[in-house]
Amino acid sequence: MAATYQIDKTVDAKGQTCPMPVVMLAKAIKDLKPGQVLAVYATDPGAKKDIPAWANKTGNTLLETVEEPGLLTFYIKKA
Amino acid sequence: MALDISQNSNVDQLVRERVDALITQRFNELVAQQIADAFKKDPAQNKMAIIASKGTLDMAYPPLILASAAAAMGEEVEIFFTFYGLNIVRKGGAKHLQIAPIANPAMPVPLPNILGMLPGMTPMATWMMKTQFFAKHHVAPIEDLLQECMDLGVKFIACQMTMDVMGIKASDLIDGVEVGGAATFIDFANQAHVSLFI
Repeated sequence: MAATYQIDKTVDAKGQTCPMPVVMLAKAIKDLKPGQVLAVYATDPGAKKDIPAWANKTGNTLLETVEEPGLLTFYIKKA
Repeated sequence: MALDISQNSNVDQLVRERVDALITQRFNELVAQQIADAFKKDPAQNKMAIIASKGTLDMAYPPLILASAAAAMGEEVEIFFTFYGLNIVRKGGAKHLQIAPIANPAMPVPLPNILGMLPGMTPMATWMMKTQFFAKHHVAPIEDLLQECMDLGVKFIACQMTMDVMGIKASDLIDGVEVGGAATFIDFANQAHVSLFI
């Protein structure tokens, strides 16, 4: 169950494969201010590991990963 | 009043052991912290150097995928294109990269490998890889990955010597590619924790 976040921007990476979800996420987060939240929608199962790795490396916070059948949603707070 | 010396020295011993253990533990914590801090400050932590030396469709992917992913993670990335890898950054070259089925036993073509020598087999294998492998699984084409790399600030260096050998001029390369030599790559790679030869 997804917690409710104030989402400031969304990225639709559904159907995209490695490395595109991370690339699209990196480009999109540039437009946000620190503390704002980005929601990323993806279907690539690899994103489940890649997006936490991206967050770890870049210092942004992965608030939550929501898994539904055929859809992954990542909530990321900009550092 | 007699002092129990043996008991006192026993206490001393215990105090000494305890103090030693605490000092060692604290010292180790401080050293670990110092190392972690030093790693965070290390500029090489955020640099990746890649040599792209192959010009087949399959081998053009790894350098571009790794470079775009690293750049998306905030790293400074340089790709040094040399020998057949130059074909990736040739104007219109990315679109025409091919894969040969002959002598490539890993390729899942449902034909005996020797038939790969027949005319038309390389274009067929290329078509198959582009459509059945990549497009079907929504993998970005090489041209798109090149563009993503550029948008994310990946630096492209073309090897001067191999350009000369292969008769490629700077004007034959896509915009934004710089020309350099081995020393250019080494100067950058020396300051990058990740260096890959592909």
